[in-house]
Amino acid sequence: MSEVIRVKQLSKDFGDFRAVDALSFTVGQGQVYGFLGQNGAGKSTTIRMLLTLIEPTEGEIEIFGMNLRKHRREILRQTGAIIEKPDLYKYLTAKENLRIFSRLSGVKVTDKQIMDQLDLVGLTGRAESKVKTYSQGMKQRLGLAAALIHNPGLIILDEPTNGLDPQGIADMRNLILHLSRDLGKTLLVSSHLLSEMEMIADHMIIIHKGRKVVEGVVEELLNPEKAMVELVTMDMPGTLDILKQSDWSAFLKDSINGTLRLEMNKSSIPRLNRDLVEKGIDVQSLRPMNTLEDYFLSLTKA
Amino acid sequence: MFIDLLKIELFKIFKRPRTFIAFGAIAVIILLVQFALKVNGKDFVQFYTDSQADTFDIPYEKILNGYFVCVAVLHMILIHVPLLVALIAGDMISGEAGLGTLRLIAGKPVTRTQLILAKFTASTIYVILLLVWMAVFALLGSMLIFGTEDLVVFRETDMHIMKSGDVLWRFFAAFIFAALALTTIAAMALMFSVFSENSLGPIVATVCVVIVFTIVQQLRVPVFEETVNPWSFTTHMLGWKGFFYVDKNAEGATINGSVENPGSLVRSGLILAGYIILFLLISIRTFNKKDILS
Repeated sequence: MSEVIRVKQLSKDFGDFRAVDALSFTVGQGQVYGFLGQNGAGKSTTIRMLLTLIEPTEGEIEIFGMNLRKHRREILRQTGAIIEKPDLYKYLTAKENLRIFSRLSGVKVTDKQIMDQLDLVGLTGRAESKVKTYSQGMKQRLGLAAALIHNPGLIILDEPTNGLDPQGIADMRNLILHLSRDLGKTLLVSSHLLSEMEMIADHMIIIHKGRKVVEGVVEELLNPEKAMVELVTMDMPGTLDILKQSDWSAFLKDSINGTLRLEMNKSSIPRLNRDLVEKGIDVQSLRPMNTLEDYFLSLTKA
Repeated sequence: MFIDLLKIELFKIFKRPRTFIAFGAIAVIILLVQFALKVNGKDFVQFYTDSQADTFDIPYEKILNGYFVCVAVLHMILIHVPLLVALIAGDMISGEAGLGTLRLIAGKPVTRTQLILAKFTASTIYVILLLVWMAVFALLGSMLIFGTEDLVVFRETDMHIMKSGDVLWRFFAAFIFAALALTTIAAMALMFSVFSENSLGPIVATVCVVIVFTIVQQLRVPVFEETVNPWSFTTHMLGWKGFFYVDKNAEGATINGSVENPGSLVRSGLILAGYIILFLLISIRTFNKKDILS
């Protein structure tokens, strides 16, 4: 699989504050690549560097095998993006906005192509309406249409589900999957809605305070057999002593906020429970964290 | 690509209602002045002729013609037009930043230099259209309402009389010069716009700079007269008046087709052009280095 994005040791300083710190990752052709991190983790700054809105302090970016600094125009011609909320020209209609953004991308589109794009995002009936009359969800969909109007190979979506209602989120998810599976586009999608990312991304990176925490295939990162298990008992110091003196010590990961964490096979959870009860420990909760959200929180807390 | 960008900028300018505020304001002001001069023109003309009563023998009906009214209108409104220009040019970059569209257009395969130049050119076209609009109302309108005669222009110490056949080219030249002056304002507003993320700041900054330099110019204090005023763009913005000050022969008669101080007009024009280039270079350099965080 060829690489569409290769980021090497990318850093960005704002004065004394390092927003992105030696970040490296690669996005392969046809992937939906999840870009995860808490607010302020450096996701938007990284995306802005990918779109040449911000000059990196250090590091290199290659997109479609070309250096971004040297081949900016060729790269951006093949790239479509929504950056945070898609603010389009409110005093223009959807059609007028799409025509402007296609021209800015160096492409002249026909009315039919514009209507096809609006059809893709479900806005055909509002083509002639001014954007100021649109709901947030409609603006988001029109933003996506503007990102797609010049038929780019790479689509970068920064928080595309921000401000959407549940139906809007589902629609956006389906659209992203359609673009990837049916049209073969490569997508880099950042979001703080981790459950959404779990449903759409095949690869992902988690960043925290500008640094990479983990990168890999979502299925492997969320191995259904392995899990981080959170344990809470009535006697935490006693529990810790017992675990340290037993075979379970090998699985013991750490203790955060009065909760013990063990990395183990899910199938072993009943046996752990039984062992603790037999040793007189009252178990309050024994919970496997197998959602991306759990995983993300466990990594960023640590 | 530049032509496409320019078309897009012009399309955006003329799709915004605020663009037409300037056209509406100019039309209303000119019509009000024309109405006032039609009703009370005699008093207005006497205000000037009284100060030169010893030498004056032209009846006011002849003085109050379309050309005279047009010059009067230009004196009254050209000083205020910078505000109308700043409304559009000051919004060019900062307005996009405030609207959130700057990050979308800057992430497209166009260079930032092209963007600045397209926005500057669009602002210049807007200025020219504004002046054409002004010419239609102030010159053609006044000619229709008041008719045409020789043009009399009053100065503090003397007056200049131009034959009616020697006037139209002067208006044409004056409007071109005014376009250059207002383009300087547009370039300055655009420069302020690059530094800001809301429209109000650059518009207010532009108007403040014009007001401050105009006051400095009007103080007529030697220290400013010698240092600031020769280089202040507000001094040279009024250069258009020079086309209505004619040269005279030894007998004191007006020389047709002449202007009193052509060298001064050329110098003013060059200084304004210099300011435009300076403001544009600062805009391009700043915008190219700017991190777009809006």
